Amino acid sequence: MVYIPHTDAERQAMLEAIGVENIEELFWDIPKKFRYPPLNLPDSLSEMETLQELQFLAELNLNTNTTPTFLGAGAYRHWVPSVVDYVISRGEFYTAYTPYQAEVSQGTLQAIFEYESMICDLTGMDVANASHYDGATAAAEAVIQAYNVFRKKRSKIVVAPTVHPHYRQVIHTYTQGMELEIVGGDDPTTTLAQLIELVDDQTACLILQTPDFLGQLHDLAGLADAIHARGKDAQFVVITNPISLGLLKPPGDYGVDTVVGEGQPLGLGLNFGGPYLGFYATRSQYVRQMAGRLVGKTVDIEGKDGYVMTLTTREQHIRRDKATSNICSNQGLMALAATVYMAALGKHGLRKVAELNYHKAHYAAEAIDAVEGFSVVRRNPFFNEFVVRCPAPVDEINAFLLDALEGVEIIGGYDLAQDYPHLANAMLVAVTEMNSRYEIDLLAEAFNAFVD
Amino acid sequence: MNLDTSVRYLETHEWARKEGDEVVIGITDYAQSTLSDIVYVELPEVGDTLNKGDQFGVVESVKAAADVYIPMSGKVVAVNTALEDAPEAVNEDAFGEGWMLRISPANPAQWDELLDAAAYQKVVDEEEAAGA
Repeated sequence: MVYIPHTDAERQAMLEAIGVENIEELFWDIPKKFRYPPLNLPDSLSEMETLQELQFLAELNLNTNTTPTFLGAGAYRHWVPSVVDYVISRGEFYTAYTPYQAEVSQGTLQAIFEYESMICDLTGMDVANASHYDGATAAAEAVIQAYNVFRKKRSKIVVAPTVHPHYRQVIHTYTQGMELEIVGGDDPTTTLAQLIELVDDQTACLILQTPDFLGQLHDLAGLADAIHARGKDAQFVVITNPISLGLLKPPGDYGVDTVVGEGQPLGLGLNFGGPYLGFYATRSQYVRQMAGRLVGKTVDIEGKDGYVMTLTTREQHIRRDKATSNICSNQGLMALAATVYMAALGKHGLRKVAELNYHKAHYAAEAIDAVEGFSVVRRNPFFNEFVVRCPAPVDEINAFLLDALEGVEIIGGYDLAQDYPHLANAMLVAVTEMNSRYEIDLLAEAFNAFVD
Repeated sequence: MNLDTSVRYLETHEWARKEGDEVVIGITDYAQSTLSDIVYVELPEVGDTLNKGDQFGVVESVKAAADVYIPMSGKVVAVNTALEDAPEAVNEDAFGEGWMLRISPANPAQWDELLDAAAYQKVVDEEEAAGA
């Protein structure tokens, strides 16, 4: 099979048409020494040999299917029901580009509509868009929405220091050039009351994460009113873990203006960091300032249900140079995976998963707390992740865990010193439904061995 | 195409009508018919100060989103909030119910720089001819 459709004769005709001798001449302006550098590649391998080589390399890695894992920090190891991969692998859905043309894409559009509806249910909000690249970019878009709601007249953004450090970076990156004043600092012991004091009538929004980067849950009751009153309707944006909403009251019930988060826990594998899924839900009065796109349900001229792209108000094809968002698509396949996951689990299944996460994490916290030298930080209630004060630097402990017990390797938690210099010797431990009691006991045993 | 002879025009298809010391502004009937069904009108806030030629909002139709420009400098004293829920008023009555904002002009002499109905008709005719 020839993958390049042009014949030599056609190429020659094209070159003649533009008056060029050969293809190399098209690259005349690239210095010669950069044009065809020797690559020193090994000889080519057959498909069989290539796969064997890659398999060998892959097996040198630890993988989270077979290794007890306590690493989270924004990406979580959850069980993905087989039906998820089955549905998203179907030829009708499995494309590199999300097709939106209503005449030929009713299946895709309906799936996006179902996704949006489920996210609205989960978050308690009026309207959800078709999705973003990941939780971080969704959070940044929420900031830009708030900025646009106030017609770019308010430039202060309060970001809680316990918002995921990567999200805070992406917020900075996305808002470069807008001359925003982003406040909130990076001291994780800052209280909610102190944060709210930063809000004034020049504040576009306050962003809080719950469960936050350190796993802590924050009581949202009364916060929206306090922020709205102090900030003259400044927006309240909440970043959340969708699995936690199986157990907790949705942020929408607390008067939050926008709810965003990372959708990876909803049926997406860890995937070496992506592709992930940013979910985004807001109040209907802000729909014009919302980034991304909305798929809606309508009826055709015969009265039959149909799905169409309804709104793309901030995108380049509609606003051209006035566009306020660079997303002109969605994470179609990942949104589909999340939809299948939520449909497969249902309300009760999601609650069960959330409960398992909560209870196993609390069992693990007890077990770890009982180890001499290790203590769990209990400033706030937590969901499936918590901070452990350790008797040594976390990277040392993590290295030990890979070799602590005979024949068992354990992937330890996240080293918080990377992001919070004053949290030296603090490990962020994540526990999901995937961690068996046996695994948790192994971790506690390994910590014990470390102290001995 | 409807032309209102009591208002003045801007080449970019906005109109202005004197009402006492204030000026009411909207888009022309020709503009609305070119845009077709209007689904959203974004307007400035009362109290905003705009200079002649500044963009004062966006009119979004099922076909396109068009920026709209202010014919005279001034301070916004009122906007047509009814368009939030009923943007189709611009299609139905561009020179009346479909008005967009009311300003207190900073420089009333700018009125004389605007086109009268006949001059605006010429602008439209030329655009039509170029389009055809």
